[in-house]
Amino acid sequence: MKARLSPSNLVMALVIAGLALLPLYTSLSGNVFVLTLFTRIVIFALAAVSLNLIMGYGGMMSFGHAAYLGIGGYAVGILAAEGIGSGFIQWPVALLASALFALVIGALSLRTRGVYFIMITLAFAQMAYYVASGLSRYGGDDGLTIYKRSNFAGIINLSDRVQFYYLCLACLSGGIYLVWRIVNSRFGLVVQGLRSNEQRMQAIGFPATRYRLVCFVISGVMCGLAGALLANNTDFVSPAMMYWTRSGDLMVMVILGGMGSLFGPMIGAIVYLVLEEFLSQVTEYWALIMGPLLLLIVLFGRGGIVGILGRFSRG
Amino acid sequence: MLLVVEQFLNGLQFGLLLFLLAAGLTLVFGIMDFVNLAHGSLYMMGAYFAATFVMWTGNFIIGVILALGATLLLGIVLEFAALRHFYGRDHLDHVLATFGLILFFNDAVRLIWGPAGLSLPLPPWLTVPIQIMPGVFYPSYRLAIIAVSLAVAAFLYVLVMRTRLGMLIRAGASNREMIGALGINIKLLYTLVFGLGAALAGLAGLMQAPILTVQIGMGENILILAFVIIVIGGIGSIRGAFLAAIFVGLIDTLGRAFLPDLLRQILSSSAASTAAPALSSMLIYLLMAMVLVVRPEGLFPANRR
Repeated sequence: MKARLSPSNLVMALVIAGLALLPLYTSLSGNVFVLTLFTRIVIFALAAVSLNLIMGYGGMMSFGHAAYLGIGGYAVGILAAEGIGSGFIQWPVALLASALFALVIGALSLRTRGVYFIMITLAFAQMAYYVASGLSRYGGDDGLTIYKRSNFAGIINLSDRVQFYYLCLACLSGGIYLVWRIVNSRFGLVVQGLRSNEQRMQAIGFPATRYRLVCFVISGVMCGLAGALLANNTDFVSPAMMYWTRSGDLMVMVILGGMGSLFGPMIGAIVYLVLEEFLSQVTEYWALIMGPLLLLIVLFGRGGIVGILGRFSRG
Repeated sequence: MLLVVEQFLNGLQFGLLLFLLAAGLTLVFGIMDFVNLAHGSLYMMGAYFAATFVMWTGNFIIGVILALGATLLLGIVLEFAALRHFYGRDHLDHVLATFGLILFFNDAVRLIWGPAGLSLPLPPWLTVPIQIMPGVFYPSYRLAIIAVSLAVAAFLYVLVMRTRLGMLIRAGASNREMIGALGINIKLLYTLVFGLGAALAGLAGLMQAPILTVQIGMGENILILAFVIIVIGGIGSIRGAFLAAIFVGLIDTLGRAFLPDLLRQILSSSAASTAAPALSSMLIYLLMAMVLVVRPEGLFPANRR
């Protein structure tokens, strides 16, 4: 990765600077709404980055990624409801639960390819949704209110808007950095090789499923972290967090921004959620515009926003 | 015993209904290699059309026939205007494009019919219970669903295996370039198949409508079940979809009906009443997982490629 001042790098740099300086703007203008909106956006960007790891680099089209959002969220919510408020317990449990779920689901789903994989991950996520709906002790369909955000023993106060925003941003940066390291490591090269040509990789002696599964679990854990953040952000968890349209949203963010690019999913999350916010202020029926727009993006926007910027910079 | 027979018939009826949905999905996938998430939206549109047309005409049968025609037409328009541009693209593109369509249809329905659900009242002759065995009565409407679904399944079999159109459909599934080179209008064929799939989804939706309410998003949960069915049955295989649909319908219905009692005999009653709903909704997914472990291609994979 050689740094070069191309239009696309310039846009990324501006976006990152903008995200980093956002709280400054809010404190100057007093516009708190932008900060709450962008906290949500940054969390979803982390989820999209995690999905991109398996979808963009690994070629595994998971349509059930929202399940980890729910699992991470429910881990925080359930522990909080049982009186365990420490983030040092809640968050590791959230990550571990996501890892376990990803391990089981991955081991089963990775036996299949292509459309089967899409449908199976979708079905398993839907199963997680029904299980959460069936948890009558923890609110069932109505969801569970979290009365106290995770407590980090005074190191960081999650109830403080700015601190929480920076925590989310740090997690997102950490996530992107991790993906960057993975993609450029030997492990990442194997996973990408498997996407391009599985037979060849197996012929030179790489166990395909094992590599894929590890990648799948890493991605699940990262998304579980996003779930823990999301639960703290909304002070509420409900089965709706893992409804399949949420998985679809995440997929759209990745594609919109640019699948298989490092910053693409983040850009996609920003554009998608800002667009959704904007359209829903214009009309109650925002999906009437968003739906056909998606069709057009898929039809004409090859490579997503990052791809378009790249073409632009190449002239 | 009475309850067992009744629940068994309920399961069969639900399974056959699922078959109608899964058949359209698997037909479109098998022939056009197209993944259609918006299939559930067509199911929903079928129900909304039926509720509207039955109200306008005041006649159940006429309303239902009009609704079927409307869904068929909607499918054809949809294919012609939007979806045919996606053939030959990546499956992921199909998923995203049709995901966009779901968003569109849900809001379109909310705009036209409002957020509240509708109901589709049955005519009096379909509400009388029928004695199927000495002392066992069963709603005639559910029997009618079973009969219609079986008739449609037979029709599909004859259409695909015994007619010229079916021959073309099968030929198109195995080699689309070749059938085009032989001078068959493949685009028209695709449009027809998509319309057929839409009509099947619409039929399933409007038949389910009197039992449940007609509401936004009604097609989404059942669509996932249809996915499970075609994964179990083998994508592209109508025979597999038929058997898997009945299997899933029975397991889902019987599980919901009898699992709570079964669990109560093992666990304490409070633990059973907590675990039963979650477990019974997981049953078919567990079944799917088991099938995948044994046969990743589904139980009856279509012999393509």
